[in-house]
Amino acid sequence: MAKIEFKDILFRFIYYALLVIICTFFAFPILWLIFAPFNPGPTLSIEIPLNPTLENFAEVLSHGYAMNALINSLIQSLGSTAIVIFFSSMAAYAFSRVNLPGKTTIIYIMVLFSSIVVGIAAMVPIFFLLLEIGLIDTHMGVILVFTGGFLPTGIFLLKDFIDDISHTYEESAIIAGASKMQIFKDIIFPLSTPGMVVVGVFCFAQIWSNFLIPFLLLRSQEMMPAAVAIYTFTDAIGMPNLRLISAYSFIYTLPIILIYLYTSKKYGFRFYGGLKG
Amino acid sequence: MEILSKKTAVLFILPALLLMFLFLIFPAIWTIFLSLSDYSLLRQTLSFVGLDNFRNLFSDGRFWNSIQLTFIFVIGSAVIGQNILGLLLALLFYKKDNIIKSITSNLVIVSWIIPSVVVAYLWRAFLNPDYGSLNQILNFVGFSLNVDWINTYPMLSIIVFNTWRGTAFAMMLYMSALETIPPSYLETADVIGASLWRKLCDIIFPSIKTYMGTCLILITLWTFNVFTPYLLTAGGPGRATEILPIYTYFEAFRHMEFGFGSAISLVMLMINLVFALFYFKLMKGDNK
Repeated sequence: MAKIEFKDILFRFIYYALLVIICTFFAFPILWLIFAPFNPGPTLSIEIPLNPTLENFAEVLSHGYAMNALINSLIQSLGSTAIVIFFSSMAAYAFSRVNLPGKTTIIYIMVLFSSIVVGIAAMVPIFFLLLEIGLIDTHMGVILVFTGGFLPTGIFLLKDFIDDISHTYEESAIIAGASKMQIFKDIIFPLSTPGMVVVGVFCFAQIWSNFLIPFLLLRSQEMMPAAVAIYTFTDAIGMPNLRLISAYSFIYTLPIILIYLYTSKKYGFRFYGGLKG
Repeated sequence: MEILSKKTAVLFILPALLLMFLFLIFPAIWTIFLSLSDYSLLRQTLSFVGLDNFRNLFSDGRFWNSIQLTFIFVIGSAVIGQNILGLLLALLFYKKDNIIKSITSNLVIVSWIIPSVVVAYLWRAFLNPDYGSLNQILNFVGFSLNVDWINTYPMLSIIVFNTWRGTAFAMMLYMSALETIPPSYLETADVIGASLWRKLCDIIFPSIKTYMGTCLILITLWTFNVFTPYLLTAGGPGRATEILPIYTYFEAFRHMEFGFGSAISLVMLMINLVFALFYFKLMKGDNK
C-alpha cells in the first residue's frame, strides 16, 4: 500500500500549498492597512511597527476637512438607510397584506431596474436630473439617489419577513380599535426588526463605501464624504500624505469590519445580490 | 378579516413608488431622450440630432478600444478570475474545518467589504515598483525583479486586482452550492473508488450547474459596471485600461458631453438589461 500513501501525502502537500499561496495573495495587500497606520513614518512597503505610535491618528483628529468628511459620510449613509427602512417597510407591509392587482409584477420590475440602472451608466441621466431639480451638491441629492437604488431590495427582503408575521396580532388590534398607523408602528415595526437590521446593514455598508455617487454628484469640499476626501490627501508638494491616508483608511474601514463581525456572529453572514458593484 | 383597505395600502406604497420611479425608472427612460440630443454642459443648448450620437459613437476608435478592453477585463477577472478561484476555494474548503480555512475565507470576505477607495490605495502600495510587497515577495522567493506592474502590465494589474476584490461572492455562492449535494453521492463514489476528476465531472458540476449560471451572470454584470479600476490606473497609461465605465466617465463628466455620454450609457444599460433578463429567467426556472 506504499504507493497509495505516497499519493495521499502528495495530495495533502498540494492541498496545503494551494491554500497557503491563496491565503498569502489575499493577506498581503491588507497587511499594509494593519501596519502602516501605527508606523511613525509609513512608506508604501509593509513594515511591522517596531515603535508603534498613535501620532498618525492624532493628525487625522486635528485635520478639519478629514473629520468633517467622516461626519458627511455618516449623514449620507444614516440618512439614506433610515429613509429606505421606513418607506420600504411601509410598502412591504402593504404588499404583504393586500392583494393588489399586479403587485408581483411591480416588485419584479423594480428589482429588475435596480439591478440594471447602476454604476456610471445610471449617473449620466441622474446627474442631469439633480441639476434640473437643484439637488446637485447637496446631501439630500445623494441621499435620495441612494434611497431610490436600495428601495427595491429593501421591499423585496422585508416583504419576506412580514409575510411570516401572523395576522392574528393585527386582527386583535383592529378589534381593540387601533388605527392603521398604530398597528404598523406598534406591531409590524417591532416584529420585523430582524429584517430591518438586515436591510439597514446592507444599505449602510454599501453607501458608506460608495465612491462613485458622491464623487460625481457633489462639488464642494465641505459636502464630500470620506470616500472622496481620502482621494485628495496630499502634502505640500503634491505627494500622497501616507501618514494621514493610512490612519484615515483605518478609521474609515473599521465600522465596516465591525458591522461584518457583528452580523456574521449574530445572524451568520448572508449576502444579497442587486446593488453590489 | 380585512387588515388593510386597498386605499390605505396604496398610500403606504406611494412614497417608495414615487422615489423608485424618480431615481430608477425615469433616468433610464430619460437616457433615451438625452442620447438623441446634443446636450452639453459647456454649451448649455439642447437640440435634437437624431441618431448622430450613435453614429459618432460607433465610428469612434476609442469606443471599440474600450469595448475590447471591457471584454478582456470581464472574461479575465470575472469569468476566469473570480469564478474559478471562488470555485477552487469552495472545493478546497468542502467538508474541512481547519484554522487555515477560516483565516482564508475571512480574508477573502474582508477584501470584498473594504471600501473601494481604500482597496485602491492598498493595491497601489502592493504593486509599487520600489516599495511594493509584491516585488518584495518575488525577490524573497528568488526572482530578482523590479517591475512597475501598473505601467508595464496595466490590464493584467486591474484583472488581478478585481479578482482579489470580488472572489468572495463566488466563493460563498459555491460554498452553499456544495452544501446542497447529498453526501451519500460522494460517499458512494468513494466506495467504488472514483477519481477526483470523475467526481467533479459526474457529481459536483452537474449538481451546481444552476448556481454556476447565477454566479456567472451576476459577477459579469457587476464587473461590466465596475468603476474602481479608475482609482488604480485612471484608464491609463494612455488608454490601456480605458474600460467602458471609465470611457463613459471621461466623455460625460470630463468633457461634459451629456448627449454623447448618454448614448454610451444607453448602450451599457441595454447590455445590463440583457444580463438581468437572463438572470431572472434562470431564477424563475429554478423555482419551478
